[in-house]
Amino acid sequence: MQSASSFDMRARSDKRSWTTLVGWAVAVGVLGWAWQGAEMAPSLLISNAGNMATLAADFVPPTFGSLDYYIDQMLVTIQIAIWGTLLAVLFAIPFGLLCSDNLAPWWVNQPVRRLMDACRAINELVFAMLFVVAVGLGPFAGTMALFVHTTGVLAKLFSEAVEATDAGPMEGVRVTGAGRLEEIIFGLIPQVLPLWISVSLYRFESNIRSATVLGMVGGGGIGVSLWETMRGFQYTETATIMLVIIVAVTLLDMISQRVRKRFI
Amino acid sequence: MTAIISVERLDKSFGTHAALREIGFEIADGEMVTLIGPSGSGKSTLLRHLVGLTRADRQSHSQVRVLDRDVQRGGRLVSASREQRRRAGYIFQQFNLAGRLSVLTNVLVGHLGAMPRWRSLIGRFTQQERDLALQALERVGIVGLAHQRANTLSGGQMQRVAIARALVQEAEVIFADEPIASLDPRSAREVMEILQRINREDGRTIVVTLHQVEVARRYCRRAIALKQGRLYYDGPIEGLTDSRLQALYENAGLDELESRQPDHRIAAPLHAVG
Repeated sequence: MQSASSFDMRARSDKRSWTTLVGWAVAVGVLGWAWQGAEMAPSLLISNAGNMATLAADFVPPTFGSLDYYIDQMLVTIQIAIWGTLLAVLFAIPFGLLCSDNLAPWWVNQPVRRLMDACRAINELVFAMLFVVAVGLGPFAGTMALFVHTTGVLAKLFSEAVEATDAGPMEGVRVTGAGRLEEIIFGLIPQVLPLWISVSLYRFESNIRSATVLGMVGGGGIGVSLWETMRGFQYTETATIMLVIIVAVTLLDMISQRVRKRFI
Repeated sequence: MTAIISVERLDKSFGTHAALREIGFEIADGEMVTLIGPSGSGKSTLLRHLVGLTRADRQSHSQVRVLDRDVQRGGRLVSASREQRRRAGYIFQQFNLAGRLSVLTNVLVGHLGAMPRWRSLIGRFTQQERDLALQALERVGIVGLAHQRANTLSGGQMQRVAIARALVQEAEVIFADEPIASLDPRSAREVMEILQRINREDGRTIVVTLHQVEVARRYCRRAIALKQGRLYYDGPIEGLTDSRLQALYENAGLDELESRQPDHRIAAPLHAVG
């Protein structure tokens, strides 16, 4: 009996080492395949080091003549991120609830999930190009682009939080005679709110980063200047813009971290 | 006295496992009844059927009536107005409070079903409603905790909040599912005494599931015992003689037998409630 079971165990561990080996082989295979596709050539970094040094030298010293203008443009960028994120949060709440399989039947949550997948699959820049065509050049197009993409992201994250909740508090509200919406407001939302706030703030941070490039396709904000100075080979100006972006993103990340900590 | 709760031919299966079979009984206005049996006997499942939290099997002749209305029939819930539904309250083993809301708000939740919709959805409670909730908290002895978050409370205090919620709800029938199973012995006694007072002073009907016979003997006059999903006994608590209990708990786990000895019971650990 005992020897039989230890034999079984040994057979099982042999089998496991086999599958581990196959797993490693597959992983190495995928990495090699991707290396080719990405045309990885680290030697270029060395052979072209001179070029890069020349390019880097063009960036210094940064010129601060138009600093005020760039700061203004950075503020527009932040304003785009604020409204893009806020609208997304407002829409992600109902969509997120409808995506959750503990709240909505499959014939509701499946179509809504696919819709959110579509919002998420397409990059902000692509949406910005579309909205530029629809509503014209400018920050509003960028705001709409962030809004649509972020709604897709937040709806998924919100619904994951909802699906991880305890059903008990909702039942506790249900048995008082209250309706379905009251169940959600008093039994469910209190459970998910800290997480919802946390992921919304995180998306706000990443939307500021995304908003800095929306201008490149006409979506307004500091990306417009970034694109123009780079195309005009005014690299000292580009350097200033990059510094403005780095300072602004760092500051807002720090503020948002602070706010987030208060809710967790 | 007239029956205000009636259950007929209730069948419930989970997959191929028959959780309840042909359950039928009636409970009259003002009774305090215990549903008793070893764990896995189906008593909690049965109680959940009485408020429609669980539905009976589809192809069954199951019928549950509470306070002159059908709660479910043949495995289908019968819809009812909020006013109808709030006449029956429910207390859970795990309290089921919203942990991040204040004690007072949790109690006020009991009033949601009686409020105009626009106020209940935004959670605007009047001073009069707050006073009602505070009175209920006073009655269960924890009015001083009204403004604390519910998740800062001990298990016994949380269960009192849940009872206060049922009081604010002005439920005519209170179902209590293992209300003391997660509590230490002292809190357990206090919670049972509060339930008994509500039964005696307010004349509310109370149906409580318990797995400790000595607790049931102290507080309830009538017992309905379940064994493996079937009705095993229904009558005065004195009728649950030692030999009947022996048979009721035979094949039950060792812990079930031990829990029948008053002094051997180790209080179950409190579970965190989110």
